[in-house]
Amino acid sequence: MNSTNDLPVKSAEETQALVRKSLARRYRAEKRFRAYGAAAVLSGIGFVIFLFGTILSQGASVFRQSYVQLTVTYDAEVIDPSGARNLDELVTADYQALIRAAMRERFPEVEGRPNLRELYGVVSSAASLELQQRVVADPSIIGSRETLWVLADDTVDMLLKDKVRRSAPEDERRLSDQQIGWIDALVADGSLKLRFNAAFLSNGDSRDPEQAGVRGALIGSALTLLITLSLSFPIGVGAAIYLEEFAPRNRITDIIEVNINNLAAVPSIVFGLLGLAMFIALFGLPRSAPLAGGLVLTLLTLPTIIIASRAALKAVPPSIREAALGMGASRLQMVMHHVIPLATPGMLTGAIIGMARALGESAPLLMIGMVAFVVDIPRSFVDPATALPVQVFLWSDLPERGFVERTSGAIIVLLLFLMVMNATAVILRNKFEKRW
Amino acid sequence: MSPSILFVLIVALSVLAFQLGKTRAIAMVGGQRRIRDLHSLPGHYGLLTAMWCGLPALVVFLTWVLLQDAVITRLVIAQLPAASQALPDAQLGLLLNDLRNVVAGDVPPEMVAPETRVAAAQYAQSRDIAELALTAIVISIGIVGMLWVRAKIRPDLRARNSYERVIEILLFGCSAVAVFTTLGIVLSIVFEAFRFFSIVPVTEFVFGTNWSPQMAIRADQVGSSGAFGAVPLFAGTLLISFIAMIVAVPIGLFSAIYLAEYAPIKVRKYVKPLLEVLAGVPTVVYGFFAVTTVGPALRVAGEAMGLPVAGESALAAGLVMGIMIIPFVSSLSDDMITAVPQSLRDGAYALGATRSETIRQVVLRAALPGVVGGVLLAISRAIGETMIVVMAAGLSANLTANPLEAVTTVTVQIVTLLVGDQEFDSPKTLAAFALGLILFLVTLLLNVIALYVVRKYREQYE
Repeated sequence: MNSTNDLPVKSAEETQALVRKSLARRYRAEKRFRAYGAAAVLSGIGFVIFLFGTILSQGASVFRQSYVQLTVTYDAEVIDPSGARNLDELVTADYQALIRAAMRERFPEVEGRPNLRELYGVVSSAASLELQQRVVADPSIIGSRETLWVLADDTVDMLLKDKVRRSAPEDERRLSDQQIGWIDALVADGSLKLRFNAAFLSNGDSRDPEQAGVRGALIGSALTLLITLSLSFPIGVGAAIYLEEFAPRNRITDIIEVNINNLAAVPSIVFGLLGLAMFIALFGLPRSAPLAGGLVLTLLTLPTIIIASRAALKAVPPSIREAALGMGASRLQMVMHHVIPLATPGMLTGAIIGMARALGESAPLLMIGMVAFVVDIPRSFVDPATALPVQVFLWSDLPERGFVERTSGAIIVLLLFLMVMNATAVILRNKFEKRW
Repeated sequence: MSPSILFVLIVALSVLAFQLGKTRAIAMVGGQRRIRDLHSLPGHYGLLTAMWCGLPALVVFLTWVLLQDAVITRLVIAQLPAASQALPDAQLGLLLNDLRNVVAGDVPPEMVAPETRVAAAQYAQSRDIAELALTAIVISIGIVGMLWVRAKIRPDLRARNSYERVIEILLFGCSAVAVFTTLGIVLSIVFEAFRFFSIVPVTEFVFGTNWSPQMAIRADQVGSSGAFGAVPLFAGTLLISFIAMIVAVPIGLFSAIYLAEYAPIKVRKYVKPLLEVLAGVPTVVYGFFAVTTVGPALRVAGEAMGLPVAGESALAAGLVMGIMIIPFVSSLSDDMITAVPQSLRDGAYALGATRSETIRQVVLRAALPGVVGGVLLAISRAIGETMIVVMAAGLSANLTANPLEAVTTVTVQIVTLLVGDQEFDSPKTLAAFALGLILFLVTLLLNVIALYVVRKYREQYE
């Protein structure tokens, strides 16, 4: 064994010299270390900025959409040959023909079927729907002429937004040179331009990018979250109150606590498996419906809400409880009249954060079939529906260039909602949080 | 009566019961002025009455509504002609769908087969009878409960205690939901997984290296057996998680160190929440980011360097997943670093250590168990992450360690096996549950270890 005597004994001067010599190196190491830290933080912030920047730059243009101004003649011979103004006939009439006629009128020089087909391709197929709605709403316009703005095709839209390169070889873009010529002519006289796209928020899903909107997904998410909130908030708060205020310290409550902590870290897709096996296969709830989705998300958010509510209850000082008990209140009265009012802001914050998590969650919803292509806006808890993040997932899979923009647009809407929710939570916490 | 109206009715009945109980209690002692003779407040008698009126009625109501459809459907199927009953499940499902559409009025009855029309009429009739019966039963239960408690009200009835007891049981029920959830997960997954293992041996599943779960639609088709060796999936999951951790651990740990030890309080106050924004972004957004931005960028970079990068490379998914996990690592490490007592730092400074030496040799060593726990939690998060890999990783089960190739993961396969229509009994569907079981067990194990490590460490300084 070594004794201290074996160590070379250094004088104070020698030690000082040694330290001084190594100082420069140590300070360099210090600087390096600090720079690593700063670099890590900066790259983290960089990722945030890059992520949001990419999404914004890809998706912000979704709120503007190309429209073509056309002068349409509601030709009675085309849409109502019988003259009976029969609604069934009016609904099924060939409105595409009116659009085609209007386009021919605008570009009289175009001839030949292939050329004409290209010309018609400038206008969206949704334009005829617009005419149909107008005629059905007011059949008296049949026979008149009207100048109106109709949706342009998504390829035109992409060109106007500079999302496709004009310089690309003709066979690599989806617009031909002559189509681009017409588009330029239309733009030049002001009858083709980008206008505010309210349809993105008011339309349901569609196979045509220019028509697709997020309303169906938004309503689906809202219905799902309504179920989630109305179940997980009361149950979560109840569980937190029991565990914090009533539970005796014994095995059963220990098991419950360990359980909740573990449940919080179970991958969300496993909850989807549970939902599929239990709610769909066993209980026979309808597939693809907000009801089943809401139940799955309830189980998913429950641990978050319980943990946050317990923290809020813990933050209420014991003196308040003791004062209430000292005045002769029962345990339940103490909790209901004194502890809960003080803990409410904290519990609400937890609930909002839980809901934000539920809003962004998509994996378990895939399991229970909320990935269907749903055109109709869901009206009840058992209608087929999808949710906003699932809509993002669905659109991201589609090949059309226009859907990349739609996807980013849907993400922007989703992030806006999440931001509002989180900001509410923060404001709530800052405003009502008490330091005792 | 429709269920929602009935629900409102139950609530209204309970309100009535509250009033009835309260006035009865006051009447028992002879008016407002003598309520001190009551054991509890008049309101407690009301609440007790309302509870006995409303709760049993609600329980019956909910169970009935949950089961009604299944029971009636079974009854209707039993009365279908034998030929329809013998149909395979998928076609029977279609028939039932038609039937429901007719009942709901979405499809005019003329458009479906005559048997279906008859069955739909039966269905509608049974439903009407069931709803009528439910209304009668629920309301009589409510009234009986209400009258029973009302008859029991005496001045010395301990109404408050009974009422609070019931509330406490309800609260306990709320916390038991968490346990039932776990139980539900375990039971449903284990049950289906065992059915899978009765078809495919466990050893083949865990050690087999060939994964191609496509089952033939017809029995005589070639390659109808399907192969369920999950090793390529495990390898792919580990590869992607490993890449993610290579990104997340250094960046997360160093940011935590910088923010906890170096950054001025003001910087910390703004930067910490900014980093945590990364944790709040939905994973589907990361998936989209990986597909449209990171994936193509990697391919371009790979071409420039002469490396073949697959369109859906493990690298793209792993990198993006790493970004997502940074805040998990950083906020957990941050907690652990700030929990190290200042006295340890002061001791190191007093011995002449520089700041970074103190951090590396004292603070990090003291915080190590906690940091390890945080990293374990992050790994479990990476393994269970679904959307990023579904969107950005591939579907083909490659057994490779090359991050530039496409690999598939456990979660991707669960999603692909279960999305879309499928029968509930095919090995393909059941395989998803077997994968889910493995996923559940592995993440559970990681969490238990992580929580144990973290707790053990925390106790040292508290």
